[in-house]
Amino acid sequence: MLLEIKNLHANIDGNEILKGINLKVNAGEVHAIMGPNGSGKSTLAQVLAGREEFEVTEGEVYYNGKNLLELSPEDRAREGVFLAFQYPVEIPGVSNTNLLKTAVNEIRKYRGEEELDSMDFLSLLKEKSKLVELDQKFLSRSVNEGFSGGEKKRNEIFQMAVLNPKLALLDETDSGLDIDALRIVANGVNKLRSKDNAIVVVTHYQRLLNYIIPDFVHVLYNGKIVKSGGKELALELEEKGYDWIKNGKEKVLV
Amino acid sequence: MENKTDLKQFFINQFDEFEKSLNGEKSSHFHHLRKSAFEEFRKLPLPTQKDEEWKYTNISPLLDYNFSRSAKKTDVSPDAVSKFLFDKMEHSLIVFINGRFSSELSKLTDIPKGVVIGSINEAIKENNPIVMKHLAQYAGFKNNIFTALSTAYTIDGAFIYVPDGINVADPVHIIFLTRAGNEKIITQPRNLFIAGKNSRISIIEHYVSDEASVYFTNAVTEIVAGENGIVDHIKLQEESINSFHISRMEVDQERNSNFSSHLISYGAEISRNDFNTRFNDQGGECMLNGLFLINGEQLFDAHTMIDHAKPHCKSHEHYKGILQDKSKGVFNGKVMVRQDAQKTNAFQQNNTILLSDNAVMNSKPQLEIFADDVKCSHGATIGKLDENSMFYLKSRGIGDEAATAMLIHAFASDVITSIKIEALRDYIEEIITKRFNQ
Ligand SMILES: Nc1ncnc2c1ncn2[C@@H]1O[C@H](COP(=O)(O)OP(=O)(O)OP(=O)(O)O)[C@@H](O)[C@H]1O
Ligand SMILES: [Mg+2]
Repeated sequence: MLLEIKNLHANIDGNEILKGINLKVNAGEVHAIMGPNGSGKSTLAQVLAGREEFEVTEGEVYYNGKNLLELSPEDRAREGVFLAFQYPVEIPGVSNTNLLKTAVNEIRKYRGEEELDSMDFLSLLKEKSKLVELDQKFLSRSVNEGFSGGEKKRNEIFQMAVLNPKLALLDETDSGLDIDALRIVANGVNKLRSKDNAIVVVTHYQRLLNYIIPDFVHVLYNGKIVKSGGKELALELEEKGYDWIKNGKEKVLV
Repeated sequence: MENKTDLKQFFINQFDEFEKSLNGEKSSHFHHLRKSAFEEFRKLPLPTQKDEEWKYTNISPLLDYNFSRSAKKTDVSPDAVSKFLFDKMEHSLIVFINGRFSSELSKLTDIPKGVVIGSINEAIKENNPIVMKHLAQYAGFKNNIFTALSTAYTIDGAFIYVPDGINVADPVHIIFLTRAGNEKIITQPRNLFIAGKNSRISIIEHYVSDEASVYFTNAVTEIVAGENGIVDHIKLQEESINSFHISRMEVDQERNSNFSSHLISYGAEISRNDFNTRFNDQGGECMLNGLFLINGEQLFDAHTMIDHAKPHCKSHEHYKGILQDKSKGVFNGKVMVRQDAQKTNAFQQNNTILLSDNAVMNSKPQLEIFADDVKCSHGATIGKLDENSMFYLKSRGIGDEAATAMLIHAFASDVITSIKIEALRDYIEEIITKRFNQ
């Protein structure tokens, strides 16, 4: 098993956001997490990536045989976890190339590999930017600075392609993308799919799942996964919305 | 140091002896200025933190020492100087060792006819008319004890004169190297840069030491940018960590002149920079950019004043600081827009990053506006590195140290990229890299 989340609870500023998440992800699988606004999807993704503002109050997370919660955010990334942010950060003065070069070499160092020389690194960038059809001119620009919403999302997938993670967490990477971009990004993601890695996509829309076909779909509501199913669950949600799940849950509670 | 006298009394006592040592120089026209500066020095008290202008800067550590006025002869090899050169830059080099001009270590490229680049000591002795006309005319010693001290005890410094219409293509790199071991000396570089009408020059004033010794640099620089002249000035302060650096710069801008400056500072235990520019006529532009990196218990203080005395001038000031450990920073930037100065455009900004909870920054940007048709803005920020950016970098596998270094480089980048000389930009980037990427 690549990722196992057991009864995960997390707080921010004293408010409990995650209220007992359980999830198992095997290598080779694609999981989609859906759910209404504010239900805790991004919180889950950020907690997995190691955001320190969130306090884990209960539960365990195992990743590739390791206790994920004990690792620093950078070590998680070096172990192969990648988060594509719902809201990618703009960092003026740090170029995309510089970020990726540092990242690639820090990861290689951690793994006991030699640093990539400039030539190899540049050809890696070239190859991967083609994969997501990202114009070369974005490479020398400051990270996300002045990028349009869609460009930022595409840049996240480009970074993912370069870093080649084992576990990719894509937080609403589809929102803000135009129809062509959606297809391009989805194709990029699909090319990275393999039996050795896994992808967790957070999305509000079925349309992404037409391209990236999930093995499992989960509904996160109010800090818990309240329903899981196959890819047809997403279609059902698209049709009926979330009320039936919310209501159903209330009935169970009564 | 048994018979320690206070710094002021010490220099009062020394003056007779100093005058005797001047020999022939006594006959220079400059000498009467020396004498009145000395009288002023005698009258003025040393600043304390009760003075508004010195509120956050405690100079008492400086007063613990009696600094000697000259050092034993030291042999400095060209190799020792070459450490402080910038790669791949054609330039004229003038070098001062312990405050004295060294012709052996200096090297002038093909400088255009009529241009003077050299030692002010000789120019004073010869009663050089340009020096006599300008020296001590902009940095007045009235009510400024350190300028009074400098004027009274002026020995040497750099003198640059560019006649009207001349473009000096290669930057002039001036190195003030202090290496005096345990001798605890004072050096008082006295610089005068005069750029004529329609002339152009770049000057790098570079204060260095290859020791961690205690000494005192009291520098005064006067700059005149003539009508339509373009003067690009960079001051790079990398003095010994145990030294004291007190400096004053006065800039006088004539009609349509353009003055740009960078103050890059990261040495000295205490450094104080009084930096004043004045538009004497219309159409001038000036840029004052600064970057200071301090750690340990260093103190950096910049007091700047941009005097919009005339209309249709434009100023842009941006100082950035990065403070570590228990260091202290002070920025006091005044922009004065006088009644006459309509259509002034003034921008001022001070941003500071505190990398430690024990570092302290005092920032006071001030706008004083007496004209009504002007465009002015100012502001200051003091904060830590942005947590969202930090997390973003870490989520890509970049460790704490490298992420900090990247964000520091990024923070400093707009000041650095505004430096026109590429070799210098690289040199400064390297300084940041050395400090933050161990
Ligand atoms: N600092 C905070 N203090 C209190 N509540 C917070 C804080 N940060 C986030 N929250 C709350 O946590 C909840 C979960 O937010 P999260 O971003 O995980 O939702 P989401 O499921 O990703 O929503 P969306 O679909 O809109 O992206 C929200 O109700 C949000 O307001
Ligand atoms: Mg979200």
